[in-house]
Amino acid sequence: MTLEHLPALQVMVPLAAAPLIVLLRHAGFAWALAVAASLFAFGASLALALEVSRAGAISYAMGNWPPPWGIEYRVDALSAFVLVLVSAVGALVAPYARRSVAAELPREQHYLYYAVHCLCLAGLLGMTITGDAFNLFVFMEIASLSMYVLIALGRDRRALLASYQYLILGTIGATFYVIGVGLLYLATGTLNIADLAARLPEAQATRAVLAALAFITVGVSLKLALFPLHLWLPNAYAYAPSAATAFLAATATKVSVYVLLRFYFTVFGAPLVVDALPVPQILTGLSIIAIVSASLVAVWQADLKRLLAYSSVAQIGYITLGIGMATRDGLTAAVVHLFNHGITKGALFLLVGGIALRAGSVDFGRLRGLARTMPLTCLGVTLAGLSLIGVPGTAGFISKWYLVLGAIEAGQAWLAALVVLTSLIAVAYVWRFVEAAYLSEPGSGTAVAGEAPLAMLAVSWVMVAACVWFGFDTSFTVQGARRAAELMLGAAP
Amino acid sequence: MPAFASHYTYWITVLLMAAGLYIVVARGNLVKKLIGLSIFQTSVYLLYIAPGKLIGGTAPILSEAFKVYSNPLPHVLILTAIVVGIATLALGLAIVVRIREAYGSIEEDEIVAADRDAGDRE
Amino acid sequence: MTPAQLIAAALLVPATGAAGIALAGRWPNLREGVTLAAAAALFACVLALLPTVLAGGVPQLFVLEMLPGIALGFRVEPLGMLFALVASGLWIVNSVYSIGYMRGNDEPHQTRFYVCFALALAATMGIAFSANLLTLFLFYEMLTLVTWPLVTHHGDDDAKQGGRLYLGFLLGTSITFLLPAIIATWALAGTLEFTPGGILRGTASGSVIGGLLALYMFGIGKAALMPFHRWLPAAMVAPTPVSALLHAVAVVKAGVFTVVKVVVYVFGVETLAGIRAADWLPAVAGFTIVAASIVALRSDNLKRRLAYSTVSQLSYVVLAAALLTPLSVAGAVFHIAAHAVGKITLFFAAGAIYTAAHKTEVSQLDGIGRRMPWTMGAFTVGALSLIGIPPLPGFLSKWMMFQGAAQAGNGMALAVLALSTLLNAAYFLPIVHAAFWRAPREGDAPHGEAPWPSVAALVVTAAATIALPFASAVPLALARAVGG
Repeated sequence: MTLEHLPALQVMVPLAAAPLIVLLRHAGFAWALAVAASLFAFGASLALALEVSRAGAISYAMGNWPPPWGIEYRVDALSAFVLVLVSAVGALVAPYARRSVAAELPREQHYLYYAVHCLCLAGLLGMTITGDAFNLFVFMEIASLSMYVLIALGRDRRALLASYQYLILGTIGATFYVIGVGLLYLATGTLNIADLAARLPEAQATRAVLAALAFITVGVSLKLALFPLHLWLPNAYAYAPSAATAFLAATATKVSVYVLLRFYFTVFGAPLVVDALPVPQILTGLSIIAIVSASLVAVWQADLKRLLAYSSVAQIGYITLGIGMATRDGLTAAVVHLFNHGITKGALFLLVGGIALRAGSVDFGRLRGLARTMPLTCLGVTLAGLSLIGVPGTAGFISKWYLVLGAIEAGQAWLAALVVLTSLIAVAYVWRFVEAAYLSEPGSGTAVAGEAPLAMLAVSWVMVAACVWFGFDTSFTVQGARRAAELMLGAAP
Repeated sequence: MPAFASHYTYWITVLLMAAGLYIVVARGNLVKKLIGLSIFQTSVYLLYIAPGKLIGGTAPILSEAFKVYSNPLPHVLILTAIVVGIATLALGLAIVVRIREAYGSIEEDEIVAADRDAGDRE
Repeated sequence: MTPAQLIAAALLVPATGAAGIALAGRWPNLREGVTLAAAAALFACVLALLPTVLAGGVPQLFVLEMLPGIALGFRVEPLGMLFALVASGLWIVNSVYSIGYMRGNDEPHQTRFYVCFALALAATMGIAFSANLLTLFLFYEMLTLVTWPLVTHHGDDDAKQGGRLYLGFLLGTSITFLLPAIIATWALAGTLEFTPGGILRGTASGSVIGGLLALYMFGIGKAALMPFHRWLPAAMVAPTPVSALLHAVAVVKAGVFTVVKVVVYVFGVETLAGIRAADWLPAVAGFTIVAASIVALRSDNLKRRLAYSTVSQLSYVVLAAALLTPLSVAGAVFHIAAHAVGKITLFFAAGAIYTAAHKTEVSQLDGIGRRMPWTMGAFTVGALSLIGIPPLPGFLSKWMMFQGAAQAGNGMALAVLALSTLLNAAYFLPIVHAAFWRAPREGDAPHGEAPWPSVAALVVTAAATIALPFASAVPLALARAVGG
């Protein structure tokens, strides 16, 4: 019986956990409940993914109201893949958060952190699983509002302004999205994504539909930090609590990419978006600028978190570059990199949280000679850094492989050259860390107390191990991405 | 002229949208930005609701006497959107209160300058 | 043990050895014992594979499918067999030498040193036995990364700068050129497996194949083809055992091994011979040979001279492979072995000189032969071999290359080979002459030979250099099997 309602429970369990935590108040119970809800969400997503790979897409009618009048939850190859990523990261960050949050937040606020974590998780999962465009907006805002809170909980006062700026930009983005959905509703009379896909061709590419596409693109691009709408990201990631950054960096932008994919390929359909409009070219151009400029800026950062934040902007550029290729291999690359970058950045920020806890700051000055006192952490950062570069044997290599393959098969060898050349910039900023940690003498100032706490280190290393594992055993990631890409390209309205 | 005039709701929508966005961008006071944001969001409410009123449509209460009803769904959607808007505004104002406590000001340029000075001193 | 198990052992023995070395870090003698045991075990495993390969068998090991259609797998064929034998055999000798050198110079971070060495050998075995381009690329990159701590061993600014150049050139070339080349090969040929006769036959036009060849040759930075050779002299900041094994044997040989492998098993000798767009390769290799020899001639720093000599000698292999005749390819393969034993001897000697006398420049070496007869004797043997004096192995490979060049009718190659032989003599013989026939400078502190493990090692490699021509049946058989 419960299995039948699993799509609903996937979202409802974390959502219900949030007010429960607020009622309970006690920090320890709050953490335990958050971990339990996150683990349940992870288990549910795995079960759903298994069912989808076995039997095809699952459609769940909320409250038994049949779609398209009722709200439908739809799990297909693409959403199942993203669900697993988001819930896995949530399930890993929740146990990790205990020590990290304890170090960075005053005790009275701990339960609030866990409540908002559950809310954010529910929002992101809801965005992924819903099949209704307006419902997606609701979950988008649930997730976003929780993110603003998570960021504002950072101990540096600059976190407040970062959160505020993200709030302004994010709300504008969500509102643009809603305008787009409104125009689509006016044109077709429905809000259900599958129904929209069926009805849009009849509505023709009228100005309203094209305007809707434009508004949705801009709105979602704000959320996924596509250049030049990425300005909120460096500050937000740098000043948020470490556990929050780890969670957000691995999930928030990825779910926004999912929304973009869903609208481009399911709702509007490849013939309109790819063939008739210059969307791929625009995406490609912006992606290239994002990759090059953000990677270069990352090299010169004084602070490890900001460096990784700019690196995220660049890596998101790779994902949108894959979308811009719009071929089967390009989309496979985009979806695979969505996953691989999620686990890589997740691992990196988790490890950086450990450094922040022990060293007090993540300034490069503080990182000198860190390998002596925190050898496992530094090794983890190096390995995850290799995944960012795309060295074979790591997950990042698989993404780069498909990106280059996609470029060659699209006949654009210069794009392939660009992908590999920009990987060299990643070498530069990863090696900044390696040289500082391994080859420099520790600076003056209070000594680092030792390796990160075991709970944090263990979780971080699970992610690092995942980075290496998915570099060798690509069956889940590549097949999942392939199926998602085929679904998107084959789902012509 | 009639076509122009009969679409007056859309013109108001556009006006509010532009005004709201302009305030967000042009004003440095954090509270004023939030007000601009709210105006921007309000324009969207109008965008949804105005077309819901069908010409010749009556209130959406079933009755044998009437054939054409106005669409109730936009109202439902906008109720949700209003709630989201209020939550955002409340959260934004809460953050502004905290910023005031931390920086002593709610003018964006003063806050940015304060951060820059603190950064120089580090 | 079955051949597949032997292949697995060849990879796992150095890897577990690395773990063992790390654990035994606190007890230096035990730690060195683990290194020597691992080296001996590795050589035994590799040697055990030899009979199967000589008989024409092809031991294989499939591990897992890394990407759809591309496996992580291993296959042993004659070229890989030779490379593995040379690398694993010399690891034993190099470990003995390292003990003397590291202790004699009281080097820091010795555990890290031996661990990285073992991992480097594991990566080398992975390269030698790889069954396809992806597996090779995986271990190729691993080798770069694992040898970086060895290059930057001293941790000072020079080491950091050397490390940056090392990583920059090697990762730069492999990511920028080699990776796209591999992916393009996949797109063109639909497979990455090494196949006798190549996989690219008839898949694309001549100019595309030529362009692909360029991507490969410049992408294989470890072969030090100009202009991507700068990493090799930059790596000389490393302690000499690193320079000896890695930059005379494992890393550079991985480079030229990959070159030969790609030429023979990816492109196929016939495919390349049939197109004009590959004609630039012998010219570039020839230029590298001569230019590097000239730089070597003008270098006073001994290790720098040896580094540029290596750059030059590596391009012998590239040139010979690029001539595409059976004899020249066999010569190229044999030179992998001949240069390895010769160069490692020279580096051992350079390190011994540094340890015992703290001298690094050629101009300081007057009369040193009298104080360090064994060291300089070995140096002389290595130098003569590389110049190509019969009956030493360097002569054998040069002779095969000469014949191959004549077969191919390539006058430029013949001229380059002749000229470089003279240049080799010009930069090696003066050292020998100064060491034995000049009187030592005044003010030189008296010193004796280097620590005995180092001297023992270099005597062994010098002896191997002398003995190789007489025991050349196996290497020649393997070399000829590759040449076809």
